[in-house]
Amino acid sequence: MAQTNTNLDQNKFAAAEELPKAQSKVKEFTKKFMKRKTAVVSLIFILFIILMAIIAPFVVPYAPDQPDYTALLQGPSAAHIWGTDEFGQDVFSRLMVGSRLSLSCALIATVIGTAGGVVLGLIAGFYGGFVDSLIMRCCDVLFAFPDILLAIAVVAIIGPGMVNVMIAVAVFTVPSFARIIRSATISVKQSLYVEVARSLGCKNSRILFVHVFPGTIQSMIVNFTMRIGTAILAASSLSFLGFGANVTEPDWGAMLSLGRNYLNTAPHMVLFPGILIFLTVLAFNLLGDGLRDTLDPKMN
Amino acid sequence: MSEALVSVKNISKTFSANKGMFGKKKFVHAVNDVSFDIMPGETFSLVGESGCGKSTTGKLIDHLITPDQGEIWFQGKDISKISDNEMRPLRSEIQMVFQDPYGSLNPRMKVQDLIGEPLLIHTNMTAGERLKKVHELLGVVGLSPSHGERYPHEFSGGQRQRIGIARALTVQPKLIIADEPVSALDVSIQAQVLNLLQQLQKDYNLTYLFISHDLSVVEMISDRIGVMYLGTIVETAPKKELYANPRHPYTRALLSAVPIPDPEKKSSRIILQGDLPSPSNPPSGCLFHTRCPHCTEKCKCERPQPVEIAPGHIVKCHYPDIQETTK
Amino acid sequence: MAEKLLEVKNLRTEFKRDKTWVTAVNNVSFSINRGEILGLVGESGCGKSVTSLSVMRLLARNSKISNGEVILNGTDLLKEDKKGMRNIRGREVAMIFQEPMNSLNPCMKIEKQLTEAILLHNDFSKEQAHQRAFDVLKSVGIPEPEMTLKSYPHQLSGGMCQRVMIAMAMSCEPELLIADEPTTALDVTIQAQILELMEEIREKKNTGILMITHDLGVVAEMCSRVVVMYAGRIVEEAPVKELFAAPKHPYTQGLIASVPKLGSGVESLPSIPGSVPDLSVMPKGCKFAPRCKYATDICREKEPELEVVNGIHKCRCHHFKELGKEA
Repeated sequence: MAQTNTNLDQNKFAAAEELPKAQSKVKEFTKKFMKRKTAVVSLIFILFIILMAIIAPFVVPYAPDQPDYTALLQGPSAAHIWGTDEFGQDVFSRLMVGSRLSLSCALIATVIGTAGGVVLGLIAGFYGGFVDSLIMRCCDVLFAFPDILLAIAVVAIIGPGMVNVMIAVAVFTVPSFARIIRSATISVKQSLYVEVARSLGCKNSRILFVHVFPGTIQSMIVNFTMRIGTAILAASSLSFLGFGANVTEPDWGAMLSLGRNYLNTAPHMVLFPGILIFLTVLAFNLLGDGLRDTLDPKMN
Repeated sequence: MSEALVSVKNISKTFSANKGMFGKKKFVHAVNDVSFDIMPGETFSLVGESGCGKSTTGKLIDHLITPDQGEIWFQGKDISKISDNEMRPLRSEIQMVFQDPYGSLNPRMKVQDLIGEPLLIHTNMTAGERLKKVHELLGVVGLSPSHGERYPHEFSGGQRQRIGIARALTVQPKLIIADEPVSALDVSIQAQVLNLLQQLQKDYNLTYLFISHDLSVVEMISDRIGVMYLGTIVETAPKKELYANPRHPYTRALLSAVPIPDPEKKSSRIILQGDLPSPSNPPSGCLFHTRCPHCTEKCKCERPQPVEIAPGHIVKCHYPDIQETTK
Repeated sequence: MAEKLLEVKNLRTEFKRDKTWVTAVNNVSFSINRGEILGLVGESGCGKSVTSLSVMRLLARNSKISNGEVILNGTDLLKEDKKGMRNIRGREVAMIFQEPMNSLNPCMKIEKQLTEAILLHNDFSKEQAHQRAFDVLKSVGIPEPEMTLKSYPHQLSGGMCQRVMIAMAMSCEPELLIADEPTTALDVTIQAQILELMEEIREKKNTGILMITHDLGVVAEMCSRVVVMYAGRIVEEAPVKELFAAPKHPYTQGLIASVPKLGSGVESLPSIPGSVPDLSVMPKGCKFAPRCKYATDICREKEPELEVVNGIHKCRCHHFKELGKEA
């Protein structure tokens, strides 16, 4: 019969074996992400737009507010690759410079909305009861309005301008985040390790920030990426309707609005801003999809 | 006569389960008038099948849920009705090891942070001091300090359970409640972890409340055993007495049903008829009467009271002296 | 003379993980006679479930059987097409799974599920199928067959569900029954009932049973012969009494020694150090060598062959002859 050997030394040998080499979490994530071609392409496109937002004023062929009265409403040509508008200003340059405005508006609005939504969602999901019902009913009220209508209502109350557009977009972002983070919080709260934390003596605040919140970050990131797309669309729509940027500013939505007047004679004034908005929103949505699939352990 | 570390007196716990909008409210009687003591330094086991209330009892003692009736005395203080805040400082004295080695460790925390968390909550040690203690404990449970930098998913089930045990030891508790600590592990790993638990008990003078459904494991590790059925303890006895001289019909059936890994020992099995009654609709009288081969009219109406038939051997049965006719 | 029912020869099953093929079952051969219960024993990851799924040809899409023969009643199952296999499954060979609550369709009444299996393989009318379902439920010991037929799975207990599973498996009177951990998820007293039922079936219908389990107690009680698997290979095969009395492979020895035995009065257990190797990083040579206290250089270099000892006992180890003398 095998030698009986029950002392702790054997236990030491038992468990202190070599673990397989630690896989860097970042490396693993990158590897999985790279498999999703649409997400990678989208990421490249977004990075390009962001790059433009930063360096555009220094690299574009024409100044965005440089009129050229000899080349009004011209279609795409060698001199102006995306044509000119009614003042002879280069559409391409204006769009690239305008990306700064459109992107930053959408980004800031989404960040504010996310912050608000996450806080509300965490509180509602963690504490439950009356607080949960109160927060969720308020969100339901906001949800009842279509996004754009809500944004218009907010702007109608507080007045037009880019800052107010940001506030309006942030307002309709909050309920969507609150709901998603609340579900994620409830789900994580029921994990065994959260019960373990209670049995160790953790205070509620520690349980919430150290154990529950990190579990909701995944949902937050995916939703965040997708909401930026919505925010760009909303900000552009508000500008299109005249609530946002001044029509002379190179904002995508404003340019689209102005181009409306020349739809028959100079369609390129509508086409290029429209395509750019479409592609940017699509890229953010596809990136969000790709992130969600990459982070989902079951899809790998 | 030394003072008991834990003294549980007549605790009961009922959960309500809603049956939807139109159904009546159902009550699940998880724990029913349970009493036992745990002496310092001993291993007291609660053994029973699923739904018998043993895990709920463990959670009641750990103050994760509070009893509807009864008292739980720990180190001379009744903890059954105190608030969470009042319980917090006592939590360093009672620690729990859980059944699920995969779910009980936060997947986003490094092992050293997981093990060091109780120190962070209950002591004023600096980060450096905590890390030193964590490395010491990793060594005690048979892992190496370098494992502290890793995440739980990189370890096997048995190793994770060791991490859970290390975490339970950090603040030097008096009582460790082990809720099915080896049930989810492979057989050869079970033996490793059980050996570890026994060694630690000697080294750190620990008291264990060991909860399990596996009678063979319980026989090995316990000093005294309580057999639970449908929320109540039907028999309590010192280990040797229980296995040599089981008196409650359920205990006898349970012991005979365990398959023995030895083909020469063919057990004469007592096969219980029928299924476990639902805890939301417990039988009248003796809770075991619906499956008991010796059931009489008295058993159907009257709930049996605990009877001490030998020193330390308590049975809840109207006829504890009945002889079993083997199949 | 015992009649061979199933013969598995040199079975090799692989599955795809991360673009590489990993071998889960490597060169496995065994046979089952009519009316015999063969135990297939091993811990998690040893390949026993994959073996049974290979026999039934129920593998997932990312797996393939790359070699071998599975001969049931003279027909090689691996050469059958989809239609042929559908005819065979349920009629000649049937399977019962580990989690009875999950194996039944929660949206269908029991009657529908049972008669589905019956109608697939027999030319019965609906009434005849209903009658057969009723009869087969009665034969597995369900007290009220009519009521059970009209119930949904969630209304039944775990034990009842497993009886229904067995009834479903036996409804077309197969010659071979594959039971993959049939009682692991059940309570001990219910397990005793189910094991008794399976023994009855074997006796009455002369069914051959492949009993897959990690529980050595179940093996000792039920099986006449045992095959021990480790890391996808068979490491030992023997009649049950001989396996427990004189195990030849160090893994089998360690496994038997590390299981707590009821009534043995043992206070601590020897354990096998280390853990099962990951399928994709198998060591060279004998797969058990890293954990084996008798391992020598040849063990680490060359994988041993499965040698036959005295006709019926097989062992895959370079040193079992010398070790046998020590035992």
